[in-house]
Amino acid sequence: MSRKDRHAYDIATYEHWRGGYRSYDIVKEACIALGVVVALCLLLTILFSSPDEKPSTVQSWARTDPVDFVTTATTELDGSSGTGGYGPPYNHASDGQHIAFIYLAKWLGVSHPVDTSQDFVLAPLRAVTGQPALQAAVDTYRSAPSKQQAAWTTAYEKGLGNAKANPDGSISVPTGGYGPLPVMMGALLSFAQSGGLDGALLTSKQFYQTDYTKPLLFMADGGVLSNRAHAEHLLGTQWGIMNETGSYPGQVWLWLYTFWYQIKPFSSSSNADILVMAIMGVLSLGLILIPFIPGVRDLPRWIPIYRLIWREHYRSPA
Amino acid sequence: MSAVEERSWTGRLRRRAVAALPPEKLLPDKQPSYVASWIYVFGVLSLSALIVIIASGTILALKGPTWWHFTGVGHFFNSIHLWSVELFFFVMVIHLWGKYWMAAWRGGRARVWITGAVTFLVAIPCALTGYVSQQNFDAQWISTQAKDAMNAAGIGAFFNLLNFGQMYSWHVLLLPAAVVGIVIAHILLVRKHGVVPPFVLQDKAAGTPQPAPPPAEPAATAADGERSL
Repeated sequence: MSRKDRHAYDIATYEHWRGGYRSYDIVKEACIALGVVVALCLLLTILFSSPDEKPSTVQSWARTDPVDFVTTATTELDGSSGTGGYGPPYNHASDGQHIAFIYLAKWLGVSHPVDTSQDFVLAPLRAVTGQPALQAAVDTYRSAPSKQQAAWTTAYEKGLGNAKANPDGSISVPTGGYGPLPVMMGALLSFAQSGGLDGALLTSKQFYQTDYTKPLLFMADGGVLSNRAHAEHLLGTQWGIMNETGSYPGQVWLWLYTFWYQIKPFSSSSNADILVMAIMGVLSLGLILIPFIPGVRDLPRWIPIYRLIWREHYRSPA
Repeated sequence: MSAVEERSWTGRLRRRAVAALPPEKLLPDKQPSYVASWIYVFGVLSLSALIVIIASGTILALKGPTWWHFTGVGHFFNSIHLWSVELFFFVMVIHLWGKYWMAAWRGGRARVWITGAVTFLVAIPCALTGYVSQQNFDAQWISTQAKDAMNAAGIGAFFNLLNFGQMYSWHVLLLPAAVVGIVIAHILLVRKHGVVPPFVLQDKAAGTPQPAPPPAEPAATAADGERSL
């Protein structure tokens, strides 16, 4: 039977069905199905509840891991952090990810501008009042040539590698040529431990706030989120965002998307995200257009799972 | 019917709607005998799960974000919302696979398949925006990880996963409205075109009976996709 004949058959078989009919109560079926789903949801809720781990804050980060906090803040100051070198939509530090000549992120531009040095360090320090020594240190840093600033931050980041946290929450860094940085970072650490930096990072032009872009980027640059994620098996190498905290199913429907990140070349590519998105875009389009894709649309006819689905029909006489 | 009724936009719309979906098609009380398999249940189960999602989500929206973190009742409804989403995707994927192996796009039903597939694809960002709107550690981690894919694809320029206010709006209004709208279109198309018939069997030698003979004058001659779009 040709494809054309099959098509005519499919239409005519339903429109001019010569077999029997069975009674069907669509309203009753819907009500029973709804009842079953409600019962299942209630049962699963009673048995397993749902995860709700408290969020991390800059304050809790600065208190529990002050060395990591100060190290991250220093990389924000010199722009060497993940966000500092991210590119669009946060800054112009790079072109962002691309496929060949396609630079979607770059083309759509910097829509959420973030200046890590100013937004995460200098502006919050300027908001701290009653500390003339701190403001003098900030002035010293800002007025120094960029080469000098880089020398201070590089030396300080190296020193932070051997830093220790003190019982009072401060940190001890081996002596070095750090310029005004110990004063600045000591004040920023205290400000963060008091909870002030959480609010300062949210500050914008209005009273009400719903945009957590800056504090989340800051925390994501450090180890506060990734350390928790590692403990909860949520890292990208652990199938990442399709999981959630605890032993819950998470977003299992993202398995195919997450799968690509587990294999080469995506697992080691600097353009992994755009590559995976492109693949998933093509596959999604393919899913939608299955009725028009030769071979894929024919598989159900070639692999007779339909004989199982319609086994009663095929057993009965026409 | 008066000439005015004949020409009015309302009259024309009504006639077209009734012609496409007469009451016996919209709310059928009988189905062809081949509609007899457990696989058919997963469509209505998907719809039922969506109803529970909308209902539990509405309650969560009425009470606001703080409620589900700091009260037992709020957390209970949050859990119902979570599990209804998990069930929705579970039964919807089975429904999708079932319809694939039935080649349910046959006989001019390509739009039925397309609306079903689009529902699945739109439901994914709907769920993602829900995860990043939770205001807990999962929301922090998922949003900071997923942002890279969005940014790389240029989507991040106008869809910022780190902006709770924007994500909450997408999650409680824009994406659910899209899902519900597409699902309604999907159901109406299912009702209009009816349930896809079984494949015609070629192996008469095996002694399997034919389901129904093709008509003398085929109702259509074009290919599936050409006819259905």
